[in-house]
Amino acid sequence: MTATEQRETPAGEGSGPGAGGAMVGLLKSWRLAGIFIPFVILFVVLSITSGPFLHTANLINILDQQASYLDIAAAGTLVLVAGGIDLSVGATYGLTTVIAGELALHGQPVLAVIVAVAAGLVVGLVNGLIVTVLRINPLIATLATSFVIAGAALKVTSGNLVVLSATSSFFKFANAQFLTIPSAVWMSAIFVAVLALLLARTTFGRHVVAAGGNAEAARLAGVRVNLIRVVTFVISGGAAGLGGVIDTSRLLSAQAGSGGSQLAFTVLAGIVVGGTSIAGGEGSVVRTAIGVLFIALIGNGFNLLGVDPLYQQIVLGLLLIAAVALDVWARRRRR
Amino acid sequence: MATRALEDTPGAARTPGDDLVVAGVSKRFGGVPALTDVSLTVRAGTVHALVGENGAGKSTLGKIISGVVTPDEGTIQLGRDVLTLRSPRDALAKGIVTIAQELAIVPGLTVAENVYLGAEAHRAGFVRRAEARRRFRELAERVGFRLSPDWLAGQLTTADQQKVEIMRALSRDAAIVIMDEPTAALAEHETAALHAIIRSLAGAGKSVILVSHFLSEVLALADEITTLRDGRVIRTVPAAEATEETLIEGMLGRSLGTAFPVKTPPATDAEVVLSVEGLTASGVRDCSLEVRKGEIVGLAGLVGAGRSELARAIFRDARVQRGTVRLAGATLSGGGPHRALQRGLALIPESRKEMGLLVGRSVKENVSLSRLDLVSRLGWVSKARERRAVTSVLERTTVRAASLRQPVAMLSGGNQQKILFARAVMCAPRVLIADEPTRGVDVGSKRAIYDLIVEMARDGMGVVVISSELEEVLGLSHRVLVMRQGRIVAEFEGDDMNQQAVLAAAFSETSEHQGV
Repeated sequence: MTATEQRETPAGEGSGPGAGGAMVGLLKSWRLAGIFIPFVILFVVLSITSGPFLHTANLINILDQQASYLDIAAAGTLVLVAGGIDLSVGATYGLTTVIAGELALHGQPVLAVIVAVAAGLVVGLVNGLIVTVLRINPLIATLATSFVIAGAALKVTSGNLVVLSATSSFFKFANAQFLTIPSAVWMSAIFVAVLALLLARTTFGRHVVAAGGNAEAARLAGVRVNLIRVVTFVISGGAAGLGGVIDTSRLLSAQAGSGGSQLAFTVLAGIVVGGTSIAGGEGSVVRTAIGVLFIALIGNGFNLLGVDPLYQQIVLGLLLIAAVALDVWARRRRR
Repeated sequence: MATRALEDTPGAARTPGDDLVVAGVSKRFGGVPALTDVSLTVRAGTVHALVGENGAGKSTLGKIISGVVTPDEGTIQLGRDVLTLRSPRDALAKGIVTIAQELAIVPGLTVAENVYLGAEAHRAGFVRRAEARRRFRELAERVGFRLSPDWLAGQLTTADQQKVEIMRALSRDAAIVIMDEPTAALAEHETAALHAIIRSLAGAGKSVILVSHFLSEVLALADEITTLRDGRVIRTVPAAEATEETLIEGMLGRSLGTAFPVKTPPATDAEVVLSVEGLTASGVRDCSLEVRKGEIVGLAGLVGAGRSELARAIFRDARVQRGTVRLAGATLSGGGPHRALQRGLALIPESRKEMGLLVGRSVKENVSLSRLDLVSRLGWVSKARERRAVTSVLERTTVRAASLRQPVAMLSGGNQQKILFARAVMCAPRVLIADEPTRGVDVGSKRAIYDLIVEMARDGMGVVVISSELEEVLGLSHRVLVMRQGRIVAEFEGDDMNQQAVLAAAFSETSEHQGV
């Protein structure tokens, strides 16, 4: 069979895709809409029902508070897409806040940033090596390391709260204003944008998707799956470090117990609500960012409307189930 | 072959003598017709084969009869009983059992536990183990399988796992057994054993619906053969009146011509592109071979003889204990598949879904995966260059896809396999190892893949073809190596290359020092 003449020309991406392509495109955009539409609806509802919501100060405040979460969730998306999961980000965040806090307290603001981020990178490297070299399930591996890291963080401060003064130059790291927006927001926006492009448009991103989608196939196709996985964990650790530094500078205090499992799970919730599959092999950093902000809007809205915070958690839980159900449904449609 | 006179055989089906009548069944998936007005009668105590290309509707029909899929129109009747099957459970209750292409065993349970899965002998919720073992022994004796009830099913070979499924079907006292490609994963002697079982099922008054790509198998086993094309029944004929040619003609709507492309022998002075010496790895013992430029070398042997293991050892995907692999003179040592690919060795793995494709991702991503460096600069993928490069290799490999962005899960088996060839072509390797290149692929695509392999060799690639289909190895290769128990035990070339000689070498205990 010389099938060349029978074959439909593969339609280019830009030039009108075929029926299958159109369906895939629709499904994809629909999945993006999956988080985007509720986000817009919630935003509009809050704008109408709550007077203070739409104030610039409130909106910037939300972004400022979410800066560290956005960083960590963006990096966590890469880990998840590569087929891993990083539960240690909360503990790493706690460790890096106290490292940054102690160094800033001793008049070393530059070192505080560098060492804290480096500590995050090292934790990520260790996580990555445990997962790939020892072949331990990433859930268990990062659960285990999070205990170790939390202990180390306590050791750094001997359990004390570190309080910094607003006059130190370290304060400027996250609070310097540029175009009336604090540097914390700028940093997280740039970080999210870089990771989004890294995942969507680079060879590294393709390899991440392949490693998570089918590790065996990726390896036989020449992808260095273990290397890729380690790198995603390193990025995740680094992001937790950056988040820790940002919040230490923002809040001027550091405590070993900050972050913890609460942060790890909230970040994971943001990623999953954003539609990134927990099974790996697909996901989007942009959708994660929307997911994280969506959860933040719920919290903000509940506060502004004076609703019992109790309901906030219930709503978040139900949302997670809805998001995952949607993911399962979309996958089944495609098979 | 079986007749309806055997209705009273002890242990016969629950409803012996009842024909299965499918009348006017249609099914559409999202507007696309999968089956249109399909009618056929499966007579009790017969083997009824369904043949057709991938996508012709065989599997959908099987799924409708087994309750997995509900038809949009039409009826299914067992004897006088009109069946409404909403789930596989409904079908099971009527004695309809499916042995699917993908086996449904629980690897962590024992053989006996798997056989009685969901129908365990129990008293007040506690499994009666002794009772289960006694029933298992009886059953094993009746069908003539030698399987220990206590082995873990996950540790069995595919063939033995299939036996577990068959025993499960029989333990449910099935009236109708649907088998979807039962021998696709089996070696020849296992296939022969399965054929005997299928005949004995029919002999015991049960009906077997056999879905198979292997036409010789269909012709040998079936009493009646229904040919499907594009979701319609083309015709149902007694097997005695059919030949491979008439079946293929019915499936394709045209005749296929010769099954294999013409062989172009490599130049006599062609350089050696792959040279393996004394390679020893898990499942591979002291293997040496050479492949020249433009040569197609077949690797034959039974399943488990170490062919795939050898391929993966050469590809450095398995730990190598001893021996060297040289690609065009340069030694390949360590570094895994990544390094092997860089040095010009590509592998098309034996199982495309598990080891080859990212099924949820697009055609484009799947093809360019190994050589993203060709279409990127400093790690940044250029969409335009990628599209051009992928379009060009897809044309060469005759892949039929609606668009570059179509997920490969939506393609037919043949096109999925061609995607893997497209990926290999994009790597422009010196040597290609194709492990089971046509497994689960329809007749038309098979020929297209053969053409591709021959063309790649003609362009100067050295090719190693591993296949459980002896015809395929012989039809494609210039030279055949036979493996047994991890060793290369024989080599055949030219006129010595025939089915009998290869089979003898694959089975024989004395061929150890013959040939090589």
